[in-house]
Amino acid sequence: MTKIEAIIQTSRFESVKDALKEAGIEGMTVSEVRGHGRQKGHTEVYRGREYSMDLLPRTKVELVVADRLVETVVEAILKSARTGKIGDGKIFLSKIDEAIRIRNEERGENAL
Amino acid sequence: MRARRAAGVFLILLALCAAPLWAQAPAANGAQDAARIAAKLSQLEQQAADAHSAGDNAWMLVSAALVLMMTGPGLALFYGGLVRKKNVLATMMQSFALMAVVTVVWAVIGYSLCFHAGNPFIGGTGFSFLRGVGPAPNPDYAPTIPQQTFMVYQLMFAIITPGLITGSIAERARFSALMLFMVLWSLVVYSPMAHMVWGAGGLLNSSGGRFPTLDFAGGTVVHITSGVSALVAALYFGKRVGYPKQPMPPHSVVLSFIGASLLWVGWFGFNAGSALAANGLATSAFVATHFAAASATIGWAGAEWIRNGKPSVLGAISGAVAGLVAITPASGFVGPMSALLIGLIAGVGCYLMVATVKARFGYDDSLDAFGVHGAGGTIGAILTGVFATSKVNPVFANGAPVGWMDGNAGQIVNQLVGVAIAWVLAIVGSLVILKIADLVIGVRVTQDEEVEGLDVSQHGEEGYNLEAQ
Repeated sequence: MTKIEAIIQTSRFESVKDALKEAGIEGMTVSEVRGHGRQKGHTEVYRGREYSMDLLPRTKVELVVADRLVETVVEAILKSARTGKIGDGKIFLSKIDEAIRIRNEERGENAL
Repeated sequence: MRARRAAGVFLILLALCAAPLWAQAPAANGAQDAARIAAKLSQLEQQAADAHSAGDNAWMLVSAALVLMMTGPGLALFYGGLVRKKNVLATMMQSFALMAVVTVVWAVIGYSLCFHAGNPFIGGTGFSFLRGVGPAPNPDYAPTIPQQTFMVYQLMFAIITPGLITGSIAERARFSALMLFMVLWSLVVYSPMAHMVWGAGGLLNSSGGRFPTLDFAGGTVVHITSGVSALVAALYFGKRVGYPKQPMPPHSVVLSFIGASLLWVGWFGFNAGSALAANGLATSAFVATHFAAASATIGWAGAEWIRNGKPSVLGAISGAVAGLVAITPASGFVGPMSALLIGLIAGVGCYLMVATVKARFGYDDSLDAFGVHGAGGTIGAILTGVFATSKVNPVFANGAPVGWMDGNAGQIVNQLVGVAIAWVLAIVGSLVILKIADLVIGVRVTQDEEVEGLDVSQHGEEGYNLEAQ
């Protein structure tokens, strides 16, 4: 099992969600995060004082999928999240040791 | 036959009984009529006076409510939005607590010290516990409304004035010490100033004072005293932990926007209500107030637009407040066009104070209480001397010239005297009280409390529990 962590532009989230649904994914965890890569932030001014906002709002989508589905899911995310500009985000993959369904203690791929 | 005769006699007797009615001629009781008409006129005069009073009293009660609204929630929201999330409740609590505490002080002794006759500097204790303050008007101040209305209206001013100070020491004041400070400040700074400018026999009273200072609704009494005290307090407290390196942007300009809008509307009660009647002067002050807010908004936002390339919402609402502050002393003395000019000057002037002067001197007047109220109040008080005219308010006897526009440049000197006294009283008074409060309780929270946030450390609450179900 592989965990797929995608940090994407918030404006692309709806397309990514649709693409994942089409790819047959049934579960995900979504959070609002702030961060930056190489993209510069912007400056805000309050009462004459400048504040540089380097942490930009982003959306993080986390999924755990069976290994055979990883390439399909990654393709789906890449296609739907890309705008071609700096700030599109990144996808990280990591190995998952175990998955357990809380309701009935099913384990492994059955729990996904 | 006998029945017909009896009926006839009966009818004649009936006619004779009715005779007195025909005998009454209109001209016969002239004296009684004159007395009746005089009584009726007297009754009508009383009803007209009552109707007049009813109109004035209705307006004044509404005005009092509007001014209270300026504190809660106006100022509470305006300041609350400007601080960091961890301090929002504490900031609002400071305003709200004043609504409670100052009311009690006012009832016990505050009103008397301000408005009872005494000496030129402070009132007497004749009205303590509001003795004698009831439905009968006090002709020294407002002859058509109950003195109780006048008292409760003035109370709302006494409440909001110390609230303005909390802006400069936001995010680091200990609540208990602040309450002690506010009680003392109401007595030692606000009461003498209010008495000198507005009280019977006051040194600066525009009718009869030695240095008649024109202050229609509180440029000196409210804004200069609180604004300058705010600066003193900011310097005494010292800067916030992390200031100026650590960014501390407002956590909710949305809240501040709502607060500022409530302040603008409430200010109609503050300024137009200071006419103490529902008359043409109230209308004039209403219009002047609104116009100054408008031009000051344009002034601040415009200056920002030129300097930073974008007009900010915070700038626009701050501009409006600056204009309202500046027009406060002038509102019942100047015409609408002068009000536009006063607003514009205040909008640009206060923007420069906040955006450049503060940075240059490096003090942490957190929410610009001095930059807007101290500076705006001073600008407004001086400009009142420039633009006041007897055409709007013949406040001096026999239609004498009022301000520079009327040809009385000397009024500017009187304004400067009033301004100077306000500054000195605020500086000396605040320093003494700060020292006392610091010795008794300790005015500033500990560094840990400050970093944790005042909402938790002072009040055991969090403003937003949005993650909770």
